[in-house]
Amino acid sequence: MSRKSNAGRRRVPVVAILSAALLAFVAICALAQEIIAPNALEQDIYLGVVGGGVEGHLFGTDQLGRDILQLSLAGARSALAGPLVVAVGSMLIGFFLGTYAGYRGGIVDMLAGRYADLLLALPAVLLAIVVAGLVGRGYWVTVAVLIVLFSPSDVRLVRGAVIEQAPRPYIESARVLGIRPSRIMFRHIAPNIVPIVVANLLLNVAFALVALSSLSYLGLGVPPGAPDWGRQLADGRQLLGDNPLAAVVPGVLIILTATAVNLLGDWLSDLLDRRVVAR
Amino acid sequence: MKRLVTGPVPAFVLRRAGATVLLLLALSLLVFALLYLAPGDVARNLLGTRNVTPEALAEIRARHHLDEPFLQQYWRWLTHAVTGDFGTSIRTGRPIGPLMLEKTGITAATAGLAFLLSVLVGVPAGVLTAVRRGRWLDRVLVTASVVGVSAPGFAVGLLLLYVFALGLGWFPIYGTGEGFFDALWHLALPAVALALGLGAFVVKLTRAAVIRELDQDYVTFARGRGLSEAATLRIVLRNAAIPIVTSLGLMVAYLFGGTVLIEVTFALPGLGSLMEESVLFKDIPVVQALTLAVALVVSATAFLVDLSYLIIDPRVRARTVRR
Repeated sequence: MSRKSNAGRRRVPVVAILSAALLAFVAICALAQEIIAPNALEQDIYLGVVGGGVEGHLFGTDQLGRDILQLSLAGARSALAGPLVVAVGSMLIGFFLGTYAGYRGGIVDMLAGRYADLLLALPAVLLAIVVAGLVGRGYWVTVAVLIVLFSPSDVRLVRGAVIEQAPRPYIESARVLGIRPSRIMFRHIAPNIVPIVVANLLLNVAFALVALSSLSYLGLGVPPGAPDWGRQLADGRQLLGDNPLAAVVPGVLIILTATAVNLLGDWLSDLLDRRVVAR
Repeated sequence: MKRLVTGPVPAFVLRRAGATVLLLLALSLLVFALLYLAPGDVARNLLGTRNVTPEALAEIRARHHLDEPFLQQYWRWLTHAVTGDFGTSIRTGRPIGPLMLEKTGITAATAGLAFLLSVLVGVPAGVLTAVRRGRWLDRVLVTASVVGVSAPGFAVGLLLLYVFALGLGWFPIYGTGEGFFDALWHLALPAVALALGLGAFVVKLTRAAVIRELDQDYVTFARGRGLSEAATLRIVLRNAAIPIVTSLGLMVAYLFGGTVLIEVTFALPGLGSLMEESVLFKDIPVVQALTLAVALVVSATAFLVDLSYLIIDPRVRARTVRR
């Protein structure tokens, strides 16, 4: 009955609500790491690795005697911070370079296009492994490398959207009025490409999360011993026989978090798409 | 088809081939520059863990012509690389060409298996979701494909390893096996882990392509003319095949990115493991050779895909000829 009365209004799908709830939980863990997982790095060498269910260790411990539950909750920080910075950073490059290249064309457009061709000819994850591996092993160095590697597809996305807007009447009339190109680009065109940018931002976060944890898994992201899901999986791989939860818990967390971000991104882009069409 | 042999089409092929070669040249310059990316002295990096004596450093500098200008070094490296001579690996001391060649088999088998799996499952699933758009089957499969696209292969691989190899004992934990069927059995889990992401991508792609075609006027017209649903679908699928084939290059690139992590997870001694070991050891000549090889395969695939338009899509053929 209530369903019928709600038919006019679009309901938020259950999947989107669940995704948002999970992400809120992960975000709280990331922000309040010190309160939620205060003993994440406490080692109990004498205990060593034990399976789940031991008193005080619901999911057991890893090879250093660290509590898997606390370590996994603490890993939320590096799982969110880096990917967010990568997504925002590469989107900023994509937004400014893409808008300029798309609207002004010329040499900037040509150079941006060739730069994208070059970087997109190789798989991003592979390039990230090579560059991060050769340059150094810091977390933020890896984040910077990923920003550079992610930006070409964002430049292309924004450039395409701007080129689609440029010949429309509202831009032509703005040009006839003699408005400065920079003002046309960032005050008139920009608001119309924001929906695409925002939806793509979330998809970038998910991709960056996978890429960063892949690098940590290979020992290239976070420093050894830091709480990180990718690194936990690398450690857990050796412990599959003694305490499989050491790999299963962070593995499930990565999969769920990346899925939640993607589902939310898909839902948002559908929503914004419809709003743009309606306008 | 007769038009294929006349002027404009070979010109198109030549133009595309030229662009591919230019791109590869630019990429090779980038790959060669990797040598200078690692912090510290290049000669010391090339020396690896061997004793650093002034004589050894001088010998390395002379052998790699490090005192020459950058472009001259690059040209020397490139002309050797084209003949298959990538130099020697620092870590193993062996020539890189044969080292790569002996590891290609495992990677090719795993990636090929993963590719087959993802296409054979992904395309029918994608068509099914498109035909049943909006029904519960569609919604379940679409959500599942988002999980597949999101889940990193190594995490899926570890879970598979735990459940099917360690828990149920259906598959071996490590190793590559001997003989065809044993090898197939050993490579099954890695191939599934690699195929999951790719297959999910194929589902999304196929669904979008088929839905776009189903909304076209010609479908309404075909139905209006009284064509059976099966006959209509056959026309739709032929048109929907174009974007799927287009993304073949993307899929090959994806496989190369994923195979490093999968091979490390399953301890398979393929090109991916070689890449991981070489990067961690800073065995730069091997890293250069592998990166160049991947660039070559990915660009060659993209080139072949471009050519395949000419055969698949008569409209593209007409447009190229007219231009």
